[in-house]
Amino acid sequence: MIDVKELLRELREEPYEKISIRAPHSGKVEFVAKEPGVRVVGPSGTWKEVPGTLLARLERENVKKPLHAPQKGEVMSLGEIANGQFAQAGQELMTIRHYLTREEVISRILRRSLSLFLAPEKGKYYFFPDVDIKIKTKGSQSVHIEDGMELFILSRMKREASIRYSGPSGIIYAVYFDTNDSVERNSPLIGVCPEDQLGQIQEVVSRVQSDWEERD
Amino acid sequence: MDIEKRIQELRDRLKYILDIFGPDENTNVIMLEAKLGEYVAREPGLPKQEAIRQLETLEELFRFLEKKLERELTPMNKVRIVRHPQRICLKDILENVYDNYTEIGGQDDYSIDPSMLIARAYITRRQGKKVHNQAVMVIGQEKGHGQEFRNGGSVKPWGNAKALHYMKVAETENIPIHTYIFTPGSYPIEDYPGAAQQIAKNLYEMGGLKVPIVAVISEGGSGGAEAIGLADTRIMMSHGYYSVISPEGAAAIEGRLRGGQRAEPRLIEHCAKQLKMTADDNRAMGFVDWKINEPELGARPEHYDFFRKLRKSVISSTDEIVLNVRGMRLFRSLALRRHKGADVYVRWSLDSRAKERLLWARYMKFRRMAQDAYLDKRHWFSRSSEWTGEFFSSLYSYFRYDLFGKQHKKVAELAEDMHAEIQVVVGRSSRYCKNVMSKLFFGKDKKDVDQAGLTSLSAWDEGGQNSGKWQYVSPQAKADRAVICPNTSVHGCLDQWAPDLFGEWAGVCSFCGHHFPMEYQWYLHNIFDPGSIYEVFTEIESTNPLKFEGFDLKLDEAKRKTGHKCGCMTFEARIEGTSVMVAMFMGAFRGGSVGAAEGEKFIRAMERARKKQLPFLSYVHGTAGIRIQEGVNGVIQMPRCTMAVRRYTEAGGLYLVLYDTNSYAGPVASFLGCSPYQFSVRSANIGFAGPGVIKETTGMDIPPNYHNAYQALSRGHIQGIWDRREVRGNLFQSLQTMGGRNLYYR
Repeated sequence: MIDVKELLRELREEPYEKISIRAPHSGKVEFVAKEPGVRVVGPSGTWKEVPGTLLARLERENVKKPLHAPQKGEVMSLGEIANGQFAQAGQELMTIRHYLTREEVISRILRRSLSLFLAPEKGKYYFFPDVDIKIKTKGSQSVHIEDGMELFILSRMKREASIRYSGPSGIIYAVYFDTNDSVERNSPLIGVCPEDQLGQIQEVVSRVQSDWEERD
Repeated sequence: MDIEKRIQELRDRLKYILDIFGPDENTNVIMLEAKLGEYVAREPGLPKQEAIRQLETLEELFRFLEKKLERELTPMNKVRIVRHPQRICLKDILENVYDNYTEIGGQDDYSIDPSMLIARAYITRRQGKKVHNQAVMVIGQEKGHGQEFRNGGSVKPWGNAKALHYMKVAETENIPIHTYIFTPGSYPIEDYPGAAQQIAKNLYEMGGLKVPIVAVISEGGSGGAEAIGLADTRIMMSHGYYSVISPEGAAAIEGRLRGGQRAEPRLIEHCAKQLKMTADDNRAMGFVDWKINEPELGARPEHYDFFRKLRKSVISSTDEIVLNVRGMRLFRSLALRRHKGADVYVRWSLDSRAKERLLWARYMKFRRMAQDAYLDKRHWFSRSSEWTGEFFSSLYSYFRYDLFGKQHKKVAELAEDMHAEIQVVVGRSSRYCKNVMSKLFFGKDKKDVDQAGLTSLSAWDEGGQNSGKWQYVSPQAKADRAVICPNTSVHGCLDQWAPDLFGEWAGVCSFCGHHFPMEYQWYLHNIFDPGSIYEVFTEIESTNPLKFEGFDLKLDEAKRKTGHKCGCMTFEARIEGTSVMVAMFMGAFRGGSVGAAEGEKFIRAMERARKKQLPFLSYVHGTAGIRIQEGVNGVIQMPRCTMAVRRYTEAGGLYLVLYDTNSYAGPVASFLGCSPYQFSVRSANIGFAGPGVIKETTGMDIPPNYHNAYQALSRGHIQGIWDRREVRGNLFQSLQTMGGRNLYYR
């Protein structure tokens, strides 16, 4: 049982994620983003094929390896290594502060407060007929599930198997798959929360939806 | 209200003129605009008689200035004419040139590809009192007066496949084909059958299509035009263009623009002039057989006289093709030669001997093209000695393989059959004997199986990858530096030291197998038997046939840098003792682009391989496409080389293609893509147009690995991917397992 409100307070106090940029191997560092406050962007493009902002170059064996920003944000602080000095592998070069977006905050809260049930193998998943009817008529949050309950039908290549739910009992807070779509192994199917926390989570999520200020 | 209508007509004409002359300031256009404006302002106050009189003067002025403007048309204006929505399109031609037609496989946008239009049509001709309906297959791109779904005549690969299908149908039905080329270029996507590969298939098949083909060119944009343009007679409309690349594309390349930047209009105009793409230029260079004059400022659907002229041209062209290959022709061909469109009747079906002559005539027609576009500085004596040498080698192979070889083969086959017959009888009786003997002597088991081979540990095949000892070491191995594999982020490859990577490991990442590009010399030394390379046709040299500005310098630079006279090296060599003819395209020479010299060398090498009955390998170390600075001299190499390939494979040869690094555009869409055996070295890219061009023309984002060899393999464009270190072994294996019936070593 976690305190959702406490979690939100923590996030409010520090509304960003710190990303530490470390030297992948030893070498001479040449900073491109030279001072704190520089804004950087992460990889972009349909396939994330365009690398993010160039942060530094690391020279070893006459080859300069570029280090790109993995996320959008701003440079928070530089490490202890000065420009042109030699860095050891794993040494911190700089820290990037990535301001959390609304979706990221919500997903963090849910990740902490929900227990996820993952797909045991690749295939199409369906709810058991009685559960399915209940979800369709009254919404997923009306379904109470318990450990060992038959919950899913896995269908793959004309073969069907029933899948039992295992995990803490509670209600289905969110459904993460679409029937008819093939689900990869280990991707989440449902998020389950204890019944008594439902109201609290809903409240926090709606508050984040309305109040959270996105920084950039 | 007659006046209103006539004013509107003048307005439309002015609009058309403005569209064509576009941004350039032209005093005549300004004058027309001003005069029309004045008249429209004045007209309401004028008495009717006076208004009509002034209108007539104005119309006269329009006619006069249109004639004047016609003489001032620049190549770029002509490009705008053919792209104008009011330009005649294939549907207009079907309506007005043919007497009846049925469109096949398409109703507006309900079609596999609305930009490719196919119709069975007929032409009615009268001979005395008799009426003949002569059927033709009409194939062409349809622009549809700006209908959006037609894609401006940019045909997708499956559209070209449809065209090929119906060409085959025409062949079965023994009726001529009329193709109409209205395309700015092919739609550059790789989805099966693939833009490049399908054009290659079309070219290959058209080279052997046994019916007369007439092509009419209005807008002939490079590969897309070639897909249906390999014809016995090629007619060009006077306001059309036929070019290796659109002027915009040429300007983007010349101006070294990247990432969707637009070229300046002046540079585009300049490129259009340099590319020599108009009907007159193409006629002068011999790429089209004749030109049909269009009305002033280009043919539009209301110009019925033009359609009549076009009808006469296509009919007499078809007549002429047929008469040239058929027996009975005496007066008719004379009459046709006297004046085009003479009223004679010719039956269009061909018998089998005429078909053979037709194919030979088509081959020779293309073989003779672009002969002035390369240099051959040899003395006539060495040229003739080369010819004599080839003559003797073909004489030799005739006696050795045809005359003697065939008899020998027959005897050998007979002996083989005899042996097999005897084996049946003897084998059964000997088995019986063996059984009896083994039973008599309580069956002594023979243990002559190699025990050591089965019980000892198997060893890494020492010879397999040469144990890292190569004949040639790349200069890249001399640098003391580490190299980062591009797949580091995916496979976590560590940095590798250049001398290891480019020396012992032959440029292959030892973590993920990524192949770093290597020089072509590496292949020359490590694939072929040492000292077996014998270069031929070294004298053929690239030049600047269109006098493209600044190109001489670039060409000299490339020649100096590479030490070669053109981007194609042709040689005979041996692989494990088996002789092969090789054409190698070097990425270092102007990006491996193919021009007239490269094409000529390739064709000669093909001919030599055919005469000497050698297998043929195209090793593509890299090619960026057709050399745009040579204009149509370059693009015409597509049909020329493909026909040479066809002639060679039909004669029983084996044609292998091996791609390396980057291979794109024209060559892949013709003489490389038509091979049934195409292989690629790993980490190569193969495709039709680069990502930039695809983004520009289709608006689609292209995934970073779109042209990767594995993608090409899964799309079915190539037949296999080889590791660089195993190319020699794989080539030898291919020579053993694939190939034509007439190769001497089988």
